[in-house]
Formats: sequence, C-alpha cells, structure tokens
Amino acid sequence: MVRVAEEWFAVCGGCEVSILDIGEPLLDLLPSLEFVHMPVLMDHKLYGQTGEKSKMEIPDADIGIVTGSIRNQENKELAEEMRRKCKIIISLGSCANFGGIPALGNMYTNAQIYDTNYRNDTSTEAGENPSEGLPALTDRVYSVNEVIKVDISIPGCPPTPEWIASALVALLEGKSFSLPERSVCDDCPVVREKKAKVDIRRPLQAPEFTPGRYDNMRCLNEQGILCLGPATRTGCGGSEKTPRCIKAYMPCRGCYGPIRDGANPMVDMMGALSSVGLDPKQIEDRMATFNRFIGSGRLRPMPVR
Amino acid sequence: MKEIVIQPVSRIEGGAKITITLDDTGNVADAQVNVLELRGFERFCIGRPVEEMPRITTRICGVCPWSHHLASAKACDAVFGVTPPPAGRKLRELCNSIAFMEEHILHFYFLSGGDFVMGPDADYMVRNVFGIAQKLPDVARNVVKVRHMCAHMLEIIAGKAIHPTAAVPGGFSKPLTEAERKQLIPMAQQALELAKFSIDYAKKSIFPAYIDVIKTVGVIKTGFLGTVKNDGTMDMYDGKLRMMDADGKYEDFEAKDYLDYISEKVLPWSFVKFPYNKKWGEFSMDPENPQGIFRVNTLARINVADKISTPLAQAELEEFRATFGRQVQATLLFHWARLIELLYSAEKAIELLNDPEITNTNTRVPVTPRAARGVGCTEAPRGTLIHDYTTDDKGLVTSANLIVATCMNNAPINMSVKQAAKLLIKDGKYDQGILNTVEMTIRAYDPCLSCASHDLNGQLACKLDIVDADGEVIETLTNK
Ligand code: SF4
Ligand code: SF4
Ligand code: SF4
Repeated sequence: MVRVAEEWFAVCGGCEVSILDIGEPLLDLLPSLEFVHMPVLMDHKLYGQTGEKSKMEIPDADIGIVTGSIRNQENKELAEEMRRKCKIIISLGSCANFGGIPALGNMYTNAQIYDTNYRNDTSTEAGENPSEGLPALTDRVYSVNEVIKVDISIPGCPPTPEWIASALVALLEGKSFSLPERSVCDDCPVVREKKAKVDIRRPLQAPEFTPGRYDNMRCLNEQGILCLGPATRTGCGGSEKTPRCIKAYMPCRGCYGPIRDGANPMVDMMGALSSVGLDPKQIEDRMATFNRFIGSGRLRPMPVR
Repeated sequence: MKEIVIQPVSRIEGGAKITITLDDTGNVADAQVNVLELRGFERFCIGRPVEEMPRITTRICGVCPWSHHLASAKACDAVFGVTPPPAGRKLRELCNSIAFMEEHILHFYFLSGGDFVMGPDADYMVRNVFGIAQKLPDVARNVVKVRHMCAHMLEIIAGKAIHPTAAVPGGFSKPLTEAERKQLIPMAQQALELAKFSIDYAKKSIFPAYIDVIKTVGVIKTGFLGTVKNDGTMDMYDGKLRMMDADGKYEDFEAKDYLDYISEKVLPWSFVKFPYNKKWGEFSMDPENPQGIFRVNTLARINVADKISTPLAQAELEEFRATFGRQVQATLLFHWARLIELLYSAEKAIELLNDPEITNTNTRVPVTPRAARGVGCTEAPRGTLIHDYTTDDKGLVTSANLIVATCMNNAPINMSVKQAAKLLIKDGKYDQGILNTVEMTIRAYDPCLSCASHDLNGQLACKLDIVDADGEVIETLTNK
C-alpha cells in the first residue's frame, strides 16, 4: 500500500481533473494507493478535523503530488510541509514546473495588478486594496522547484492522464520514470516541406486542411501560422500521439514546456522559424508568446510604457 | 476567545479556509471563508493579441475551461464584429452541453455526493468518492466511466477537452465529420441514461432523508440571474440575461449592457469583489434586509426560466415547481436543480447531434483586427459568466473585465455560511459533522475559487457575525 498526499497552490484545477481522467484504470490502481490528503476530493484538514491544532500538518506519505505555482506565503509554507512529509515529490503540470499561465503575471508588478483590479476595472467601484489579514503575496510567481526540491517533474497543461498513471505505476513497481525528450513536431502527422509557403501571420483565418485528416495538411508554420511545436515537449497526444491542438487544426502554444531541462524555447523557435524561411520579428507580442507557459524564471515586469 | 481554523474547505474547486471565532461564552463571534490563491488575469491579458484570449483564459479554471473558452470566443466575435456560421455556433453549443454534463456529474458524485451518500457526519476518511466507490461499487464505476466518456466526447469534437482551443473568433476550428457524429450519438445516449438514473436515485434515496436540513440550513433570501431565450426558455449558451428579484419581478437585458445593472463592491476584508445589482439599491449583506443581492448557478437558472425546451427536463421542472414553488431560496436545492440541468444537457446534446447542419464544413469566418469593445457572456455550470475586452487597432487587448460565476455568488455564499453557522453552532458545542454541514452550504454553490481568484489573491472572505438572542450583532471581526 502506497500512501499518497496531494496539494494544490495557485491552480486552475485542470491538473486534478486530469488525474480523474485516468478513468477506469484509476479504479484499478486504487486498491494499491491510500490517499491520505487531497483537498479536492477528501476532507482531511490541515489543522485537525475541528481545527484543534495550531500548526499546519499533513500525514506522512510515500508520494506527494503538487500542482500550481507559488504565489503567496501560504503556498510556500504548504509546499515546505509537503516536502517534509513526503518521500517523493511529483510536481504536476506546467504551473508547478514552469509557472504556467499565471506566470504571465510576472510581466507586471503586484501594484499594477492591484490597480487594475480594485480601481480600473469597468464594473468596479474603486476601493482600497483589501488588506485585512490577507496572506502576503510573493514578489512574483515561482515554480515549485524554485522553492522546494522536486523528485519527478511531469509538465503539461494539463499533463496527460497516461503520464500520471505511468508515473504512479512505475513508483508502485519501484522502477524509474522518465519522459520523452522529443518535440511536438516529432509526433505531428502533418506534411513538412522545409519551406514556408507564406509569411508568418496571426491565426485569424483557418489553415488549409481536409476535415477528418491530418496526414495531408501542410505544417502550420509552413502555412504561416505560428506554431510552437518545434520547441515544445511532446506528450499531449497521449497514446494516439497526434498533438491535441493539431487535432483541432490549431497551432501549438507550448503548454508542455521545453523539450528537455535547460532548453531555451525562444532560441529553439527562432532557429526553427528561420530554417523554413520565416522572420520571427514579425510575431506580435513575441516575449509573452514564446514564454506563454514558462514565465516563472523568465518574465520580468515590462518597463513602464 | 477561541479560533477554529478549518483548512482547507474541501471538495470544492480551489483552496480556501474557514475561520470561526467563538466568544467567551462559546458562541460564534465571527466566521470567514478565505480563498488563498493569486493570479491576476485582468492585468496580464493586457497586451496580448485578442485572438489568444480564448486560449489564455481557459487557465482561469480547469474544471470549467469550456465556459471561459466560449465566453471569450464570443467576446472576440463581438470585438471583430462577426457572427459565426450556424455549424460553428452549434458545435460550440454542443461542447457547452457536454461540458455541463461532465461537470455536473463531477460535482454531484465526486465533490458533494460524499455528504449525502455517506452522511454529513460520517468519518472524514470515507466521506468522499472513495467511500462511495466502496459502498456503491457499480454506481461508482459507471459514474467514473460516463464522466470520462464525456471528456472523450469533447476530445472527438475539439481535440482537447481540458483547456480547449477549437472555439476561435469567428466560429469553430474543427468541423465535425459524419463518422464522428455517428460515434458520438450512442455516447450521448449513455450519458442521458446516467442523468435519468441520477435524478431518480436522488429523489428516492437522497433528498427525502435530508429534507429538514435542505429546508433550514443555508437558506437566505435573494434575487436571481440567468440566461433565457426571448420567450423565457432556459438557455445555457446564448440569450438575454434575466435579473429577477426575490418576489419574482424581472427585467431582461442584453449581456453587453451588463454595466447598467452589475456593479462590484470592494470590501477591505476580501480579495474577491462583491457584484450586486445596483438598480436594487445600496449593497447590503444584512440577512434580515439584503440589498442588491442576487444568485447565479443552477437554482437561479431554474428559478428565472419560464420553461425548458426538452421534454424530460421540463417534466422534472414541473415536478420541482409543484413541490417547492418558483422562487426557491433553499440553498441545498442547488443540487436538485443541478440534476434537472444534467438531464437537459444530455437531451440538448442529442438534439444537436441529430441536427443535419452540425456536420457542415463551413464552421468559421475569417476576422480582421480593429479597435473595438466586445462582451461575451454564457452560462457556466456555476452560473453567468461575462468576458469584456477592449482592443487597439492592431487587435491587442487594452483592457479586460471578467465577472465569473463564483464572484457573482460571493455575497450569497457569505450569507449562507453565516446563516448555517448561526443555526448549528451553539453554546460552544460543535463537532466535525457540524463543521462539515457548514461546509455543505458552500459546496451547494459548487464554487470555483480558482475562478473567483482569477484577478487577485482571492480571498473569498466570509464574515460571520455572531448574534445574541435578540438578534443583536455581538461582534463583527474581519479576516485574520
Ligand atoms: S498546469 Fe494547467 S491544468 Fe495544471 S493547474 Fe496549471 S493551468 Fe491548470
Ligand atoms: S510546427 Fe506545428 S504543425 Fe508543424 S510539424 Fe510542428 S507541431 Fe506540426
Ligand atoms: S499541441 Fe502544444 S499547446 Fe496544444 S496541447 Fe499539445 S503541447 Fe499543448
């Protein structure tokens, strides 16, 4: 019996739904897993069931799964408690691993965010920043591994259920678990001729494709529609392989993060685009586009315009 | 003075805690529900190309990504000044129906079911979906299967079920093929069967046992907001907004005119703002005399709609009204209303899948950037959701205003929790069953605190005044 604890920080909950999306195989795994803490599904409380304890506490566990980025002091303390009590920490999802979409917030200061929310929103009656007893924000969005040591990283927004399941199975069997170091393009069934047909453009009209088929569609980048497939780790297609956005005839936006630790998607993309004859400088909003899901250590507040 | 910290509020979406303060006599002096997340979407959407918004705003919520995706795509349509072709519109609506099914199943069985199937004061280690799986293994297996199948249906239609990409400004990026349509119909029928089973099961084995709790715990008096077609029929994707007061008087208005009705209060003790209907007067959460307060979500939609367009759900609506009347205020009946909507969503999905136009390959019109403002509104499983964007002449976002369902319910959630705590905690006596029953009033709203805290370090603060025998507020504390 393996004891599992799960916690979430600044999240959307999609990672948790992805755990449920393991579906029936999850029911088969359940007899060997004992969930001891998981706020989305069960009522174990951090300060005791009737709030009798004065210190936050989670039970000892073999595996600790954490999702979401670190955005306030409370997130940080909880991450540290998870680290203390769990033998193995799995950081699940692109928020936990690279900051995810919330890390786009790193382009702005906390003061700018407050201004927008409490004074400048159209429907808002302007007020002071709420402050009474609220937890302190961190100065920016951090990924979990910037705050505690992580043993297994599973990126994705959300990560595929297959990856989550195989990580759990590997741990149950005492085997190691690793992810492919290939790009989304490596699993993309489209036709590539290594030469763009047209200039890069925004995805404001449909690419050319035959409904129901992917194998005769020309690569979206070559059709001039910016696709981050070349610089993004494959996996979203699960066992069917075909990348999920491509299945909708839509370009990749990089939600699985860099192909391997230490890769630089900005540089990789520049290379990939130039090699088919496209000019990356034509891309609107380049900084935020190339760092869409990985801004925790990369994005900094914009200079005031 | 004694403080009870219940952290986290569990089996809801997002992180929160409740702080209850007891005075020296053991009575509740205050109670708060604090949401502990921070993001900041309304700020960091500024500068992004508006066509990226349907892909960025999905990350507000992974449980209702479709609602944000669709409200965002509709706001983009308005910014670009286009109307999607019929097939594009219908594919969006089909996904909306399936997403409703998936989420209502998730909420009823995975999040709230433990309280009813196992009992509000059952041991906390079994008061959950794992407990249900032990007690009712066949039901649980079927529920897991059908919920997962709904997600799979969304993948067939749109490629990606969580954080989808297929709704684009001007329509839908992926036409539905005839083969896919044929594959989907039996799946939708299977979901309809589960919907029928669920409402029958609940009416027989769940609600009767808790009728006293339902009629007393969390009950408050508010108005309601929901979407209806011109003739007053319930609609989940598009229509007019109907704002109905507690006495049943209502006004219908276009979503783009929401600023004439909805205003948001900033209170010092909560990061989440408090939307209210400014036409009804100055905002007040006083339970004796609430002002401007309205609710969204399942019960609100059931209350405002004159009728439902599909036969099985309409029959259930009639039975519901015959039992409880029309201006239903009992918070725990959100669950019953949710099951009526589950039925409606399944019927609606089948209707759309049988529409010959759904496989038309013309699903999308091209768009051209311009400086404009666009409002997109849809019903999310948790209630009315509004996205409002303004762009410059390159089509880059210059401002974004989002009012999400759980924010709309912020004041009512506070009021319901306050009511429940007053009712249940007396003379310093409480146990985990009582505290869980207080939590149940929060769960009824199926709150998505990730959504609510999209804009700032959201604390959905709930301030519980403790009141003495004469109804005098003894003490009012704010967040710790
Ligand atoms: S990684 Fe994606 S799915 Fe997971 S919490 Fe973050 S935004 Fe949600
Ligand atoms: S760039 Fe995009 S469309 Fe082209 S091969 Fe890579 S993933 Fe596929
Ligand atoms: S194609 Fe790219 S953006 Fe789309 S799901 Fe896969 S990794 Fe994420």
